[in-house]
Formats: sequence, structure tokens, C-alpha cells
Amino acid sequence: MDAPTDKKLSVKVRHRLGRIELSADFEVNGGITALIGPSGAGKTSVLHTIAGLLISDSDSIATESRVLLDTERSINLQPEERRVGMLFQDGALFPHMSVARNVAYGLHPRPRSHRERDARVADLLKRFRIEGLASAKPSRISGGERQRVALARAVATSPEILLLDEPLSALDSVTKGHVSAELSQWLEELGLPSILVSHDFADVVGLADHVAIIEDGHLVQTGSKNDVLRRPASAFAAAFAGINFFPGTAEARGHHTEVRSPDGVVMVSTDTLTGSVGAVIHPWDVSLSLHKPESSAMNLLHGPVLQLSEVGSIVRVTVGSTPPIVAEITAESVERLSLALNRMVYASWKAAATRLVAQDGMV
Amino acid sequence: MFWAQLHSRVAIDALKVSMHTSVVSLACIVVFGTPVAYLLGTKRFPGRSAIVTLFELPLVLPPAVAGIALFAAFGRFGILGAQLRTVGIELPFTWVAVIMAQSFVALPFFVRQASAGFASIDAHLMGVSRTLGAGSARTFFRVAIPLARQSLSAGAALSWARALGEFGATALFAGSLQGTTQTLPLAIYDQFSAADLDAALAMSALMVAFSAGILAAVKVITRSSSW
Repeated sequence: MDAPTDKKLSVKVRHRLGRIELSADFEVNGGITALIGPSGAGKTSVLHTIAGLLISDSDSIATESRVLLDTERSINLQPEERRVGMLFQDGALFPHMSVARNVAYGLHPRPRSHRERDARVADLLKRFRIEGLASAKPSRISGGERQRVALARAVATSPEILLLDEPLSALDSVTKGHVSAELSQWLEELGLPSILVSHDFADVVGLADHVAIIEDGHLVQTGSKNDVLRRPASAFAAAFAGINFFPGTAEARGHHTEVRSPDGVVMVSTDTLTGSVGAVIHPWDVSLSLHKPESSAMNLLHGPVLQLSEVGSIVRVTVGSTPPIVAEITAESVERLSLALNRMVYASWKAAATRLVAQDGMV
Repeated sequence: MFWAQLHSRVAIDALKVSMHTSVVSLACIVVFGTPVAYLLGTKRFPGRSAIVTLFELPLVLPPAVAGIALFAAFGRFGILGAQLRTVGIELPFTWVAVIMAQSFVALPFFVRQASAGFASIDAHLMGVSRTLGAGSARTFFRVAIPLARQSLSAGAALSWARALGEFGATALFAGSLQGTTQTLPLAIYDQFSAADLDAALAMSALMVAFSAGILAAVKVITRSSSW
């Protein structure tokens, strides 16, 4: 480790994982960092390495005050010594113990008497509003309650870090909303550096402050949630955020930059960047029309409507142009244009709406 | 008439020997087999399948061959037996030999069932136990054992039944000495050879009842969903 920094958790992971080489360095400053990426990118392995459940080749993991792992200095705390709280998908509650026993399992510091233990467990149950479930077995309680018990059980160990492995994915969508809001509030109160692994856009938007994108074992982008979701630096991140992303080669042309995609389509941008780039186009900047528009929009694609999906009063329209593009327009516009599947439409957007992000030497 | 047969000296001695030896065998099997089953059920390591094969071998091996193997190893002139004899320990034809034969033959019944039980525990539960501050020993006793207890009990019951019924390996390695190494199956064979069919039948009926009882117990254990 270098000189002590003000970072709360720093992670360096180098690990051979089957066919991929996991290599991720990042720091978590308190707040919640969402680690997202395609399946098999190594997200869960990063969490397990931090928790000490996965033995790695060459790593260092340190909190503000303690070194948990440093292979160079032969420091490797056992999982039980790391004070890392972990929340799993289904809660991973011990099925053979009551809710109260589950919460009591890891009390730290160790209670000196049964009376002290019971009192501390009662406090935790009350804090997480599960006091009515004390003697219930985990199989008899709901998914949302299970996550509350799991959080109470993790908090009972006085953890220094919280790791959340898809904590909401086992819940139905109605419960998910409630639990996400609750969880967000509790995590904020706890103020622990936390890492969230999730496949779900809504989880990330609802819970995370920062986002780190991991692909094929490598971190490709880190930053604040808004930065990463608005200016995704990879096709995966863009797809995750529901944003159009076209890789290509950029060249300056007069006042504009032209981006040529691998399939030969040229897009125009006002951003000045050359070389390998990703063109990011927000769906809400894309207009649709039935006839070739006369407007000043410099980018135009033509193709059939492949998909219409309503999200509230907004409709996401996928146009099967080359390359395919997603536009978000109002339900009124859909009606005005009488859009239907397979109807041919023009998708257009302004040069200023084509945002360019560098593709080599990631952000 | 029938019950009177069970009051014969031979039958009572055999029943005593069978009970003593099979209970001790069961204890040995559980104490030795549980950690082995835990390793085989939860860990992946090189050579694992070779070890599994080794532990399952007695399942398919003719018990007589097992008896010969034990005799070759621990017999008077066996590889280990000769060494043990120099320090005054002779195993063949003692009750310890009975226990060795029974344990050898019945161990795989327990290890198979128990390792399947350990393997079926959600790996997250073991991991979460560690992150909650429990070391591997505490995790083993507080999480793994309770969660595998159905398989452990079923495996124990099956291996006990197998130990009680053991014949071939015991006959070759331990002999058939009334009151010392003559278990029920050996006594049945002995009485049958001596043309005392009634006594053999009575003891056989007892064993049928016993075996059926154990099987029924296994059914109850594996069916009861506890939580």
C-alpha cells in the first residue's frame, strides 16, 4: 500500500479465472458503487475476493484503517476476520435457525451473556422493523422481509464494508420498489462503503452513487452514476443505460467530426475527437418522421419499426435501420405518426446530439 | 416354539455380539466418515475422483474379497499384521476384527449419503457464515452439520443395517467364535450348517424385522421436511 489516503476502500484484483484474466483496480469512497457488466465478466468474483471467499493470485485490498489482503506482504485475513458484510440474492438466511438466531449468529463484539445477546438482537430487529418475526423460520417470511433480516444480520457484525450481490433480483417487481427504497435509506444511514453487483438498471439507478463497468475481467469505465449512464464508454454500458452506442472511426471534416461505423454509415458530430470512438446518441434526442425531414438534423437513418415498448408516457421505438437505433418519443407522437410494426420511418438527430467517447485508453 | 429358539445360548450370544460390534462400527464410521464426506461433498481438489472411487470400492467388492484383503493386511503374516504382532497386538479372530470388517464394508453407505447431503447445501450459506465471523470449524458444526443432518442420519441408518448384515468379510477375517466374533448372520449360517433350521429361521426372522425397521426409519427421516 502507498501512503494512507482518504479513500475508504481500495481494491486491486489480479486473478486468473478460467478463460478470463480478472484485473480491476478501484477505490470506493463511501456511498454505493455499482459494479455492472455482462454475465461472466467477473463481478461476483470481485466481491468474493474482497470477502475472502475466493483465493486470488495477486491482490491487495485495504480499508481506511486495515489491510485485508496484500499478497506481496503475505497478508491474507480469513473471511471471518475481514469484517465484510455480504448480502446475497435470496438473503442466504440459515434455514434451520429462527430470524432472531440468524441475527445473533455473527454479533460483534461477542456478547458476554445471553441477556446481552438477546437485548442487542431485539434492538436490531426493532431497527429493521422485523421485531414481529423474531421466532419465525426464514422459509415462512416474504422475500422483502428476508432481505431485511439479511441486512440486520450483516449489520450485527459491525462491518466496515458492505457487499451486495444482486440483493433485489429474487424479489417481484412490486416488492422490489419498496425494498430498494428501504435499502437505499438504510445504506445511507449506515454510511459504509458498499459495492453493489446488479443486472438491473432500476436497482443501479435507485441505489448507486457511483458506477464501475467491468467487461471481460477489466474495468472499462468508472465514475458517478450520472456520468456513466449519460456518457457510456462501451456498447455494454450504453445498452445497460438504454442508450444508442455506435463504435467507429472519427475524422475532422471542416467544423464537424465525421464518424464512420464499421458498416460504412457516416454520422456527424460537433464533438472534436479523432481516432477510435464510440458515438453515443440518447434516444430522446432522436426524432422520427414518415417523410424525409427538411430540418437541420444532419444525421439520418431509414428503416422499419421493429419494436414499440411503452414506458409510462414515453414509447421506446426500435428502428431496424443500419445500424439499428432506438428513439424515445411521446405516446402522442406515436399516435400522430400512426406508428406500427414494420412501418418505414426516418430517424434523425442533430450533430450536437452525437456525443463522442474515446475507445482506446478508456476513461 | 419359534420364540424359544431365540432364547438359545447361541442366539443370545450372537445378538449381543452383533449389537456391540455394529454400534461401535457405526460410531467409527460416523467419526471417520463425516469429515471425509464433508471434504468430498464441498471441496474440489485434484485426485478427488480417485478418492471417491477408493471409498466406493467396498460397495461393489465381494465381501469375501474384502475379508481376504483385510486378512492380507492385518493377518498374522500380513503386511501390517506382522508388525502389530511384534508389539503384541493380534487382530484376526477378535471382536476388533469384526468391527474392522463391518466398518470397511459399511463405510461407503454412509460416506455416499453424507457427501451428497453436504454437496446439496447452498454454498452461499457456508460463505455467509464465514463473513459473519465464524471460522471454518464453527461453520462446519453450526451450518454444515445441521443442514446435512437428514442425509447424515439416513446414511448412518443404512450403514448400520449393512454392518449388522455383514457376513463374508467377517467370516474370513474374524471367524465365527460364539460369544466373541459370531454375529447373527454367522450364527444363522452356523445353525443352518448344523441342520438346525428352526434356529436359523428364527434368527433370520429377527434380522428381517430389524432391517425393515431401519429402512422404514430411513424413509421417515428423509421424508420429514424440517423447516
